[in-house]
Amino acid sequence: MANKVLMKGNEAIAEAAIKAGCKHYFGYPITPQTEIAAYMAKKMPKIGGTFLQAESEIAAINMVYGVSSAGYRVMTSSSSPGISLKSEGLSYLAGADLPAVVINVQRGGPGLGDIQPSQSDYFQATRGGGHGDFHMIVLAPGSVQEMASLTVKGFELADKYRMTAMILADGTMGQMMEPVELDFDVAPAPEKPWATNGTKMQRKHNITNSLSLVPEELEKFNFARYERYKLIEETEALCEEYLMDDAEIAVTAYGIASRVTKNAVDEARKMGIKVGLIRPITVWPFPKAPYEKAAEKVNHIITVELSMGQMIEDVMLATKCKVPVTLCNRAGGMIPSVEQVLEEIKKYAKRGE
Amino acid sequence: MAKLTINVEKCKGCGLCVDVCPKNVLELSPNKINKKGHKPVEAVREESCIGCAFCATMCPDCIIKVER
Amino acid sequence: MVVFDKPKSLADISMHYCPGCTHGIVHRLVAEVIDELGIEGKTIGIAPVGCSVMAYNYFNCDMIEAAHGRAPAVATGVKRANPDEHIVFTYQGDGDLASIGMAETVHAAARNENITIIFINNAIYGMTGGQMAPTSLPGQVTQTSPYGRDVNACGYPVKVCEMLSTLEGPEYLERVTVNSVKAVKNAKKAIKKAFQNQIDKKGFSLVEVLSTCPTNWGMTPQNALKWIDEKMIPYYPLGVYKDRSNKENN
Repeated sequence: MANKVLMKGNEAIAEAAIKAGCKHYFGYPITPQTEIAAYMAKKMPKIGGTFLQAESEIAAINMVYGVSSAGYRVMTSSSSPGISLKSEGLSYLAGADLPAVVINVQRGGPGLGDIQPSQSDYFQATRGGGHGDFHMIVLAPGSVQEMASLTVKGFELADKYRMTAMILADGTMGQMMEPVELDFDVAPAPEKPWATNGTKMQRKHNITNSLSLVPEELEKFNFARYERYKLIEETEALCEEYLMDDAEIAVTAYGIASRVTKNAVDEARKMGIKVGLIRPITVWPFPKAPYEKAAEKVNHIITVELSMGQMIEDVMLATKCKVPVTLCNRAGGMIPSVEQVLEEIKKYAKRGE
Repeated sequence: MAKLTINVEKCKGCGLCVDVCPKNVLELSPNKINKKGHKPVEAVREESCIGCAFCATMCPDCIIKVER
Repeated sequence: MVVFDKPKSLADISMHYCPGCTHGIVHRLVAEVIDELGIEGKTIGIAPVGCSVMAYNYFNCDMIEAAHGRAPAVATGVKRANPDEHIVFTYQGDGDLASIGMAETVHAAARNENITIIFINNAIYGMTGGQMAPTSLPGQVTQTSPYGRDVNACGYPVKVCEMLSTLEGPEYLERVTVNSVKAVKNAKKAIKKAFQNQIDKKGFSLVEVLSTCPTNWGMTPQNALKWIDEKMIPYYPLGVYKDRSNKENN
């Protein structure tokens, strides 16, 4: 059996990042993700890396921009209000085609909100997360193991596509402890001939830049970037389907909501209700295929979210509204209970009869 | 005698070099207009140039080469 | 014998600055220093947002364009990525460094981040067409202070070198200008020291350069040079504000 250690979700992210070759981390304290910074503060000096507590989230993301420009793997982490502050940097990273990994351990909002788990930054994450036309790859872990493995994957995808990969977690995923296996085969970082790390008088100088004042040129860059996004949508979407083969009702959820939902699905199955779960692992690209398939055979889809209903829009788009899609939610830092989800499933199971 | 090489096409005609020249070597052209639309500087009394490079030192566009 | 020629590190293209704007002089001085120290191959420059936004096109070393005010944070990242190999400088105007980027400036200084900052203070926002800057003088007329900067409503201009000199962190802070041949030579000495300090791993070095904006000041380039002597220097005295390794300079 592989070596397993008991770890908090936040710590698993930090350790996985180091395993993925990230030697530079910049952060700013904010609950409920500060364990990542604390872990990095302990580990980075021992491996000759950088841990720096920046003066703000804005500074932290710009330090990330600097390290990434120089061609190194780099990460920052925060929680919802801090991600809003980082959104300027996320846009510049996209405009300059720089790889980076950004962690969002979501908490309740809007505004200062609270410090309890939430999924209300879904729109912010999946629609770009800043001004201008762009996307981030957004990975949504459903266990502490995935907090680690998706962080590694995030670094690989970020380098592969020269863009930001965001880990969209939540306060529960960050704080909970589970056994994790941390032996990863990490793809080495590719050559980065574009890096601004000094010419060494061996090449023409490089420029890292997102300014492009000629509209025809900027349009060209944007079209090219969206060609890349199209390829990502075609090849990188990830999803787990659970008991969907004979399902008449589909419930869909990611992250902590998917764990509650899985339990509710098991309970419903015991009652003889043919219900299954679709759990997106990437929320951008959104895994459309399983929803398209489900739309042909289920008579109802329930999305379970810790928000006022955000992923539900992607589900409606993916199913082209061929079946009714309804929301089962809690907000403001509350988590739906298994009972709440089960009641919702039962409601539509009856209607189906 | 010193020699001035002026990249006339890059001159913006600001005249900072004219003012700083201790030997009154330079003048902005009264009638020529360069591609940028400026009246460029000319070394009208180059024979008086002592090669002090004050002009080049004050030139914001780095268009003057000075040899001595 | 060549007495003066364009430095190698300065790109051979026409800069976009207005006629008589002293940005060009400071660009050249930075390029001359890079040449003289033989660091072109390891230097990474960070351009700001403002008039010098396109500085990334004007140097022959690797360049990065930063978001408005964030250059010291970006520089921190580049420097920390490879502290032994990277020589990192930022080139920032007064709006970038002393307004929107104040936090990044102060904290990079407080950390004694081993970077070089060239700070152009021309007391106005140039690129956007002449608005009031954090360094605009009391009474100075700009597009957004059309009746003159009213210190009761807008407060007083920020004296960056004086303010940063109160911190333990920074290694070297000097204010210079480029409005005469003598001043330009002195400015170059300061800029060279600010780069040499980084090579010697001494830490945060900032050179504030009082610079002109003839267009937005509404003056001839010649009168703009005089305005520095008459108006700016009395409010922003030239000199060394901190030089930790050279105590008698303080």
